Amino acid sequence: MLEGRVLEERLIRMQRQGEGYFWIGGPGEEAFNACVGLLMKQGQGLDYDYLHAHYRSSATLLALGAPSIDALRQMHNVKTDPYSQGRNFVGHFSKREWNVAPITSPIEVQFSIAIGTAHAQRRHGGEGITIVQGGDAGTAEGDFATCLVWSSRPNAELPILMIVTNNEWGISTHASTQHGEKNIADRGKAFGIRTAICDGNDVESAWFALEEAMRYVRNERRPFLLQANVSRLYGHSSSSGSNYVESETDCLNVLADKLAARGFRSPDETKRLREQIEASMRAWYEQVITEPKPDPEDAFDFVFADKNHVGGEA
Amino acid sequence: MATLVQAVRMALHVGEERLGVTDIFGQDVGPPLGGVFTATQGLRTAWNTPLDERGIVGMAMGLALAGQKPVAEIQFCDYAFNTIDLLKLCGNTYWSSAGDWNVPMTLMTPVGAGIHGSIYHSHSFDAQATRIPGWKIVMPSQPRDAYGALLSAIDDPNPVMVLLPKALMRARAESEAELIPGEPDARELRARIDAPIGDRSAWVPDWPDTPIEQLPIGKAARLREGTDVSVVTYGRLARVAMRAADQLRAQEGLSVEVLDLRWLHPYDWDAIAASAHKTGRVLFLNEDTEITNFGEHLIRRTCEDLFADLKIAPRLHAGAHLPGVGLAEPLEAASVPTMASTLEAIREAARAPEVGRSLRDVPRVVRRAPVVDYAIDPRELAGHAAHRDVFARSLRYR
Repeated sequence: MLEGRVLEERLIRMQRQGEGYFWIGGPGEEAFNACVGLLMKQGQGLDYDYLHAHYRSSATLLALGAPSIDALRQMHNVKTDPYSQGRNFVGHFSKREWNVAPITSPIEVQFSIAIGTAHAQRRHGGEGITIVQGGDAGTAEGDFATCLVWSSRPNAELPILMIVTNNEWGISTHASTQHGEKNIADRGKAFGIRTAICDGNDVESAWFALEEAMRYVRNERRPFLLQANVSRLYGHSSSSGSNYVESETDCLNVLADKLAARGFRSPDETKRLREQIEASMRAWYEQVITEPKPDPEDAFDFVFADKNHVGGEA
Repeated sequence: MATLVQAVRMALHVGEERLGVTDIFGQDVGPPLGGVFTATQGLRTAWNTPLDERGIVGMAMGLALAGQKPVAEIQFCDYAFNTIDLLKLCGNTYWSSAGDWNVPMTLMTPVGAGIHGSIYHSHSFDAQATRIPGWKIVMPSQPRDAYGALLSAIDDPNPVMVLLPKALMRARAESEAELIPGEPDARELRARIDAPIGDRSAWVPDWPDTPIEQLPIGKAARLREGTDVSVVTYGRLARVAMRAADQLRAQEGLSVEVLDLRWLHPYDWDAIAASAHKTGRVLFLNEDTEITNFGEHLIRRTCEDLFADLKIAPRLHAGAHLPGVGLAEPLEAASVPTMASTLEAIREAARAPEVGRSLRDVPRVVRRAPVVDYAIDPRELAGHAAHRDVFARSLRYR
């Protein structure tokens, strides 16, 4: 969680310094997203969990073991960026080795694509499930309804965990001005989909809600809709200033207070830990800014595949 | 002798039995109907989906990412327009993930006018499709090509779009060369693979043994050889152009070359260039609306690359830039190229004064009043009784 925050703050700074064109990310979602990463059944292929995440999922990737320096590389759009080799915005992860499907800028399309991996897993059996995650504003898109309908077809229910991280904002527009439903999770009820709401700013609430939801999907092979209420701590993106929002609950403070109250980690220890991570992040950053950009001719790579990589061809 | 739609069905059968197709799906694709055009009757892996095109495309993409081999159908391309951003994603995922995830999916959809489909069953999709990089796009005009196109699409590790001219769904092979190896005659084939009328719950098809024969990706077919003018076309109008070429040769002594591009991406530039070099007169022919039409791209490239070979400016005969294709025959015929308008366009291209020569030196081309008739030859719809009477009429307006 802490590394996720330090990473995002470094990314914001890079954008402001002109070492990246645009920042978007997940400060405020670290508590919940770290739990997603830790609880996922990590691996490649149908026996493992597929993740169709959104562009606020950096903490999930770090929890899975992705190094922070790779996110810095995507921010600086260098050729060493393993997720897109300088083609995509930061936070647009992709890692086939871990079933992390490419993250896209269009909102909510992942909810239409996720039904495909879930369908394959339904047929395959076993324990692997599909996890799809998006924000609250995106649920207004038809793709969210697509996922509700297709995941609950009679006798064809899908092993899919739909997650809505609800920060109540769509760029500058507050949910209360656009959405009449009391809770987004309630939309699942019309389809007979089991639902829950958790406090995504509290790591314990997030952990137990996710654990229960994943257990249900894994065992019952049926859909689940989980709403996690979270904060958006640095606004929508660099286009809205990316300044810290004091009025929002900070999940790191919630955790630090709990750790201190229970005697696990003092505020001083947390502070020292943060400084260590910041020092590492600075060193990674200094390395990344020396790495080469892609060559112009690289734009013509990867238009068409000559092998079926996803089908197992090496 | 297979119809085009039977050829599609046989290819899908070969795909699911021998090329690993896992899912063939779309609205009304599974039993009992097996597709509104019968393209998916009797297939083992065919299933019905909700009426949700975005879900259909998303499902195909997700299945592909999960290592499956999906073939999705959008019932009419007219209803694919709300999937454009997903089609873009299919096309850009391999590129944006820097080679991490390829997307091996086939999307097939009926296109074009010619069945009195009104505004929302007559759209073309070639102009849209060729605007989406990362896709391979094919549009066959006869059964054997359709068979090979599907098998090429299924076997390819990339997203491939198969545009099926709906007016040709019941078209049959017109020569020995267009027969699928191993296919039985029409009557026997119908008895073996067409679902019976009424209760078909106990019916199982008896598939003929046909080979894995692919349509070479990016290769055009020369339907007619000629020296006076080149017609570069595809889909329904490939058949129209072929008949027009035969008529012009027989009645007016014109030698018309007809290229059926088949693949819109990648397309066979070598074939176009060779033909343009030979005739110096190129007419691009398709039925999508004319503004930002795929033929306009081909004209641009022809001008840039082949200017010295040209005797006249390359031309485009395409659909009118109208908001729709109207239902009434006169409206439909005025909206998309017809046999009469195609004949006229070819004549004009063949006889236009050569660029650089004085107009006084060449006989003037007398522009006739617009002649409009119906483009679809009744033979293309043999067996399609509901439309036969309509197509048999030849409408002329002056």
